[in-house]
Amino acid sequence: MTGRTPILTVRGLSVRFLMPGGRRIAAVTDAHFDAAAGECLALIGESGCGKSVLASALLGLLPANAQAAGEAHIGDLDLLAADERTLARAVRGRLIGLIPQSPAAHLTPVRTVRSHLEETVTALTGARGRAAVRSAAEAAAERAAFPSGHLDRFPHELSGGMAQRAATALALVGDAPLLLADEPTTGLDRDLVEHTVDELRRHVDTGRRALLMITHDLAAAERIADRVAVMYAGRVVEVTDAESFFGASGPRHPYSRGLLQALPDRAFSPIPGTPPELGDLPAGCAFAPRCERATDACTVLPPPTDGIACHHPHVPEDLRA
Amino acid sequence: MLELHDITAGYDGGTPVVRNATLTLAAGESLGLLGPSGCGKSTLARVAALLHRPDTGTVTLDGEPVRGWRYRAPRVQRTALGIVFQQPRLSADPRLRLTDLIAEPLRATGRRDEIRQRLSGLAPAVGLTPDLLDRRPHEVSDGQLQRACLARALVLRPRWLICDEMTAMLDASTAAALVGAVEEYRAATGAGLLAVGHDHRLLDRWCDRTVHWNDITTAEVRA
Repeated sequence: MTGRTPILTVRGLSVRFLMPGGRRIAAVTDAHFDAAAGECLALIGESGCGKSVLASALLGLLPANAQAAGEAHIGDLDLLAADERTLARAVRGRLIGLIPQSPAAHLTPVRTVRSHLEETVTALTGARGRAAVRSAAEAAAERAAFPSGHLDRFPHELSGGMAQRAATALALVGDAPLLLADEPTTGLDRDLVEHTVDELRRHVDTGRRALLMITHDLAAAERIADRVAVMYAGRVVEVTDAESFFGASGPRHPYSRGLLQALPDRAFSPIPGTPPELGDLPAGCAFAPRCERATDACTVLPPPTDGIACHHPHVPEDLRA
Repeated sequence: MLELHDITAGYDGGTPVVRNATLTLAAGESLGLLGPSGCGKSTLARVAALLHRPDTGTVTLDGEPVRGWRYRAPRVQRTALGIVFQQPRLSADPRLRLTDLIAEPLRATGRRDEIRQRLSGLAPAVGLTPDLLDRRPHEVSDGQLQRACLARALVLRPRWLICDEMTAMLDASTAAALVGAVEEYRAATGAGLLAVGHDHRLLDRWCDRTVHWNDITTAEVRA
């Protein structure tokens, strides 16, 4: 953890979906983490573990049948307690810039990139008058390295990488202190993934922004992240430095270790079993049925201590001696 | 042998996206085809899967030249190939329960009496539990749906598997599990594999050999 003051502070965030027939889906449970200026926090986990729901909760974009509890502060503002008016006028675009999962689908198909940028510039900045808006939009495109020759193209005329840059340009317009990237690299090829995360990193390295990147792409996370938060079955089970997570000592939670070992340049072996249903979680540790270290102690929920929620975490070599 | 010789293919008479591509797989061999997005590798995979008729060039499947594509291909050739696509959501009928999704090729070829016996073996092999088999696609995750799509590709016991970016949408653990399931099937049946993708680390680990798009085709002309 750095000594910098956090931009985003999440404490005890939980999200429940109420389903027909009284079923409750525990999508996110008791999440705690911070993200500081100049820092990239990667939130990783298998698909369906609640990562994107967490992002929606921060933006106040949960569907009507969801209930959020806990606190998520940016400055003095509690995002979870804010009303729709505050979220619309002060949060989305201004405090949190969203870089969506599939940018080409996120852009309006019948409008050009320039039209998107000019609308966003008018809504979020003080630029007024055609010439001022036009030049501000061009400046915004340049900040995300979007080529000015492509500004008059429609979303379907853009390649995946270009659409990604257009979306990033839009997210940067409001100069928000927190960038929220939801699976920004899914479906892109490896060169484009590296290029995309390097550009995201560049926007964080100005020192004024924090980046929360939600991803299941561990290689992308390794390239960009300062810290890593691992989510399993709706809970953040481990928060640690990226260096130790991807380095020689490795992560400490058995689930994190299993995820890393599934990579093709490591053991390439899957974690046995499948993730539990979020509507039917066991009382204790949700990972216990798939865990080789599980014992009777695991029928009780492990409290998060020292950034890790596990009864039997791996102990680094130097501590064991 | 699966041989693609001098294939040129495109869409609606426009500029070809694949030009003069040549690729040969020995029986039981696994070959990884690497290329950046948009290079035409998926089109070539569709040609190899008899799903897209090339403009010119020949495909030879186990010594027999291919003369028809899609529904014009003889059943004996169509059923020798299993294919898994990149996006499970787009390649699964949203109305079918996973059981029916997997059993569809058996129904289509008049072998419905084998459904029960074949599914009982396949479902655990791809990591699907009985309660998942009863659900429809919107009730399962991408990873679970892709497991069903793999089972559908294996249900007719094809001699050749074509996996077009099978794991691109999946997390590391699910990807490793699916690759493991493919390799178990190949070890048991000796089937050949054409795996198309952009991740050289994955394909190097998975396949006997890998080739790069530029090495099998003369030019890729994209405006």
